[in-house]
Amino acid sequence: MTATLFFVQALNGLQFGLILFLIAAGLTLVFGVMDFINLAHGVQYMVGAYLVAAFSTWTGSFGWALLLALPSALAFGLLLEALVFRHLYDRDHLDQVLATFGVILFLNQGVKFVWGAAPLSVPVPELLSGSVEIANGLLYPVYRLAIIAAGLVIAALLYVLVNHTRVGMLVRAGASNAAMVSALGVNIQRLFMVVFGFGAMLAGFAGAMVAPILSVEPGMGDNILILAFVVIVIGGIGSIRGAFLAALLIGLVDTVGRSFAPNLLRLVLDPAAASQTGRAIAPMLIYIFMAAVLFFRPSGLFPVKR
Amino acid sequence: MTEIAETHSAPAPSLTTRLEIVPLVLFTAFAAAPLLAAYSGAEGYVLSLLTRVMIFGIAAMALDLILGYGALVSFGHAAFLGLGGYAVGILASHGFEDALIQVPVALLASAAFAFVTGAISLRTKGVYFIMITLAFGQMLYFLATSLAPYGGDDGMTLASRSLVAGTDWLENDFTFYWVCLLCLFGVYALSRSIAASRFGRVLRGTRENAIRMEAIGFRPFRFQLAAYVISGMMAGLAGCLLANQAEFVSPSFMTWQRSGELIFMVVLGGLGSLHGAIIGAAAFLLLEEFLPEILHTLSFFLSEETRSHLAENWKMVFGPLLILIVLFVRGGIMGLLRRPHHG
Repeated sequence: MTATLFFVQALNGLQFGLILFLIAAGLTLVFGVMDFINLAHGVQYMVGAYLVAAFSTWTGSFGWALLLALPSALAFGLLLEALVFRHLYDRDHLDQVLATFGVILFLNQGVKFVWGAAPLSVPVPELLSGSVEIANGLLYPVYRLAIIAAGLVIAALLYVLVNHTRVGMLVRAGASNAAMVSALGVNIQRLFMVVFGFGAMLAGFAGAMVAPILSVEPGMGDNILILAFVVIVIGGIGSIRGAFLAALLIGLVDTVGRSFAPNLLRLVLDPAAASQTGRAIAPMLIYIFMAAVLFFRPSGLFPVKR
Repeated sequence: MTEIAETHSAPAPSLTTRLEIVPLVLFTAFAAAPLLAAYSGAEGYVLSLLTRVMIFGIAAMALDLILGYGALVSFGHAAFLGLGGYAVGILASHGFEDALIQVPVALLASAAFAFVTGAISLRTKGVYFIMITLAFGQMLYFLATSLAPYGGDDGMTLASRSLVAGTDWLENDFTFYWVCLLCLFGVYALSRSIAASRFGRVLRGTRENAIRMEAIGFRPFRFQLAAYVISGMMAGLAGCLLANQAEFVSPSFMTWQRSGELIFMVVLGGLGSLHGAIIGAAAFLLLEEFLPEILHTLSFFLSEETRSHLAENWKMVFGPLLILIVLFVRGGIMGLLRRPHHG
């Protein structure tokens, strides 16, 4: 029983970790290449979810909604870049934190203005509804498996894109020394735009994918943003590989920790106290984990900048 | 060298006296406010709003001490507000209702938390420091949401304000106002003397160039950690006051958005001038309070429905306003006050 429960929780953790990776990948590149802290990355995830919700009521099909939402998320990201972020690249981190904080305030209220404060729900696509038996007597929703598959495919595509293409080479070079790349004659402004738009689209995609399993509401990007920051800090800023590993670690530690911390504590404490301390400790686990990593490796597991 | 020479050139004395006027006016205004509040017709409202302003002024000033003088961008300072608040709330629920017990406990807890998290955070630099302080803040936030006996997510209502040596002085809003003003002034005076001391100069030196400070024989880490602990204790004090003002404690005291607001207050007022942080806190809270009404008034040419819609969605104006301030008002409000003399 505990073994199957553990397996299900591990799958949930993997799914959560992959969603985190989709968000963190864009964030870590923007951060690494442009040295730009974008707190508004979380609202791009939220915007993705809202776009898919709006388009799926309009078209009646999740597939079409997703197809429409992705270019819209990209366009939205580029619009934000041109309106606000472009003016912040040469500012210090403090200014960037504050200005993007303003973007969060605006957009959280903005979606309330357009779609209302009540959470929206998006139906799970017909094709991917229901559950499959993945082991004897163990049912798991198909849609969550689809998220895992999509996450893994995107991760593989990103790997190829970053490691085996010209753009990827420029991005990697930009992450380790942007000034040098610019000096070598690369149009760094355009590279920034490509990276930014791509990151926004990935975050939007993550939001779109989770829309059917979470409620779509204002502020839904705020907490996941913090987790994405934890991921990129643990992974090392600018490192896709680090973000991938850290995202999976965080996803697993958080999901598995929440369901097993009370059980583990029961070995040393009486049940009532164990479940209470367990519930108190579980949400803190990832932050303790992050503090521990930074204590031993102050610039993350895979530092890119030297 | 040229810069130092410039600041000591002819207009300098008038500049410094002019800037000393700001805190003087500020504290006089705070002292006069309760007397004027009686004429406003909404005495209780004015008093509680200004009390909040002063409490957040303390917290913002605490942040300014490390942010403005040490360039340590702590993105988790709201955690100390929560620590102070929960120290009051938890102790009160166990029967320790006296501020003479609550405040020292809150200060000790804040100092301990600042010492441990500061010692870890200060090993990192720049962006990593921002993120790790944020993570510690979140850690405490989630701890508070899971404290079921003390209200969990919903927080806890205090039965009454803290006693002072067994008397219920603080129940009177006027007395509480004066206590907050006294705390504000005390923290301001302390911060000023810290900033002016050798300790403060080392801190500023570290902000400018840590390696050089090390080369001339200082250990920046110790100074930064001490400043972080002092700042945490001050913010913890603000937390005690905030819990008493609201007679309520909840995890919302220490959301990361609250930490962001504190940073914004400091930047809005102007980094590294202490009274700037108080002005920033005042500007922020008053704007938050009155922006809906201001919008409603300014949009007199629109239909009534659109006007109330606009007032309801004031954050859609507040957000862009914040961005514009960051982009165009360098040096904050204190910078604006200073500018005419540089021209």
